Amino acid sequence: MTAISEAAAQARPAPQKGPLIYRQSIWTRLTHWLWVICLFFLLLTGLNIFNARPQLYVGQESGFDYDNTVLQIGAENTRSGPRGFTTIFGQKFDTTGVLGMSGPAENPQYRAFPSWATIPSYYDLGTSRVVHFFFGWIMVAALFVWFLASLLNGHLWRDLVPKGEDLSGLGQDVVSHARFRFKHTRSYTPVQKLTYFTVFVILFPLIILTGLTMSPSMDATWPWMLDLFGGRQTARTLHFGAMLLLILFFIVHVVMVVLAGPINEMRSMITGWYRTSPGTPPTKRDR
Amino acid sequence: MADLMLSRRRLIGLGAAGASSLVLAGCDQFDNFLKVGAPVRSTLEQANNLSHQVHRLMGRDALAREYAPSEIRQGQRPNGSTDPTTPEYLAMKANSFADYRLKVTGLVEREVSVSLDELRNMPARSQITRHDCVEGWSTIAKWTGTPLSGLLDQARIKPEARFAVYHCYDNVEQGLSGDVFYYESSDLIDARHPQSILAYGLNDQVLPVANGAPVRLRIERALGYKQPKYLHTVELVSSLAGFGRGRGGYWEDYGYDWYGGI
Repeated sequence: MTAISEAAAQARPAPQKGPLIYRQSIWTRLTHWLWVICLFFLLLTGLNIFNARPQLYVGQESGFDYDNTVLQIGAENTRSGPRGFTTIFGQKFDTTGVLGMSGPAENPQYRAFPSWATIPSYYDLGTSRVVHFFFGWIMVAALFVWFLASLLNGHLWRDLVPKGEDLSGLGQDVVSHARFRFKHTRSYTPVQKLTYFTVFVILFPLIILTGLTMSPSMDATWPWMLDLFGGRQTARTLHFGAMLLLILFFIVHVVMVVLAGPINEMRSMITGWYRTSPGTPPTKRDR
Repeated sequence: MADLMLSRRRLIGLGAAGASSLVLAGCDQFDNFLKVGAPVRSTLEQANNLSHQVHRLMGRDALAREYAPSEIRQGQRPNGSTDPTTPEYLAMKANSFADYRLKVTGLVEREVSVSLDELRNMPARSQITRHDCVEGWSTIAKWTGTPLSGLLDQARIKPEARFAVYHCYDNVEQGLSGDVFYYESSDLIDARHPQSILAYGLNDQVLPVANGAPVRLRIERALGYKQPKYLHTVELVSSLAGFGRGRGGYWEDYGYDWYGGI
């Protein structure tokens, strides 16, 4: 190789963009946006349903003559007037303004979750149950469709099930996520795989099954659910806990989308096409 | 590092924007679509019919779990009406319900009317079950009574009957236009279910007034509002249209789902 051609090779600019790859199938995209709608309504109606009995217990039943409460949101009179409180495992916190007592100071509302966080905005157990169960069915139907499609098109095994190399690369990937350094490759990173795998294989089934365990009719048909979760009231508590974890996932997920390049990330979940980082080896199916 | 700082600043800004849009989104925009009778609401309510049908397909005859006596750790918490105030009920209560009659009427070959003593002499069943309130709480208690199916067999239900309507003594609402009485209804699968008993005993005692004396129907695979207290008449019908506001029960008329198994 001559010195001239070597210099020419160095002068040629490295590609600024990696190939545009087809990353998300129509099934992934469709169910993703269905879940966005479902989880929005399920959360806000669920908080309204919780407001009917803003207290969580462990076991088969709710203790009235004994204490098996693990969480309670309420309001009480104190020397400085009414205050909202939240008690978690016996630790009491003043949550006036949001939990237990909320709304304008001159006309406060005494409800566990505030009006702006519930559907309907007023307390209506019957209505929030109607909406909750409708979107519950859609969420389960979408999960069924997604699972079947992802099993058949290989998405589940290829992109989501963590393999050996994912576990060994986990530590480094956690560090690069924490430093907001993202590499856009053909496959998900170990942190992404573990997160989505946890959501689909643990959190979604958990929140669906604990929801079903609250149904006295389903308990008759599938009594093993009562044994699996340790009782209807424990199931209700776990349902609430799974909701909190899904909110945590939602927040981190949206933050990551924004930091990793919101236009590219949104495009991949709308059109399926995703711009990879420079240096990603191209294939014939790329654009 | 400059990259990182920018990202963090952007993160905080976007977080604030996201939080404020969440506040704006919640949530009175949906209120009017969801009133009882609104078309959107009526569409969403179909999900409850689906649940009803799927549950019947999956476990038509499944039995509710029965618990061990050691799991009764407290009294049965009374809820809803706890002390009816109609003269008719007060007179019966004063007489220890000696004049009480439970009637089976409507689409039957032969109307049945039995006293409390006659009910107590019919085949008895005791079951320790979990009572699940629609609000979310549960309590475990022992209920003793006679299966409703026995009385329905005596009355011989006509083939056109599709529902059982349960009429109660409790004036759950006392308005200017008079008393509103509690009522409920179920399909005939729940009415004939082996655990659907006309309960006159609770935790080995006579059923107290607060829990529905003299007779309360247990429908163990349904929520508490489907377990009518102070029951006096079981009416077999082909349609629920003629009762209350036509939605099949007192709470249903306020928008609660009729199935009540979920």
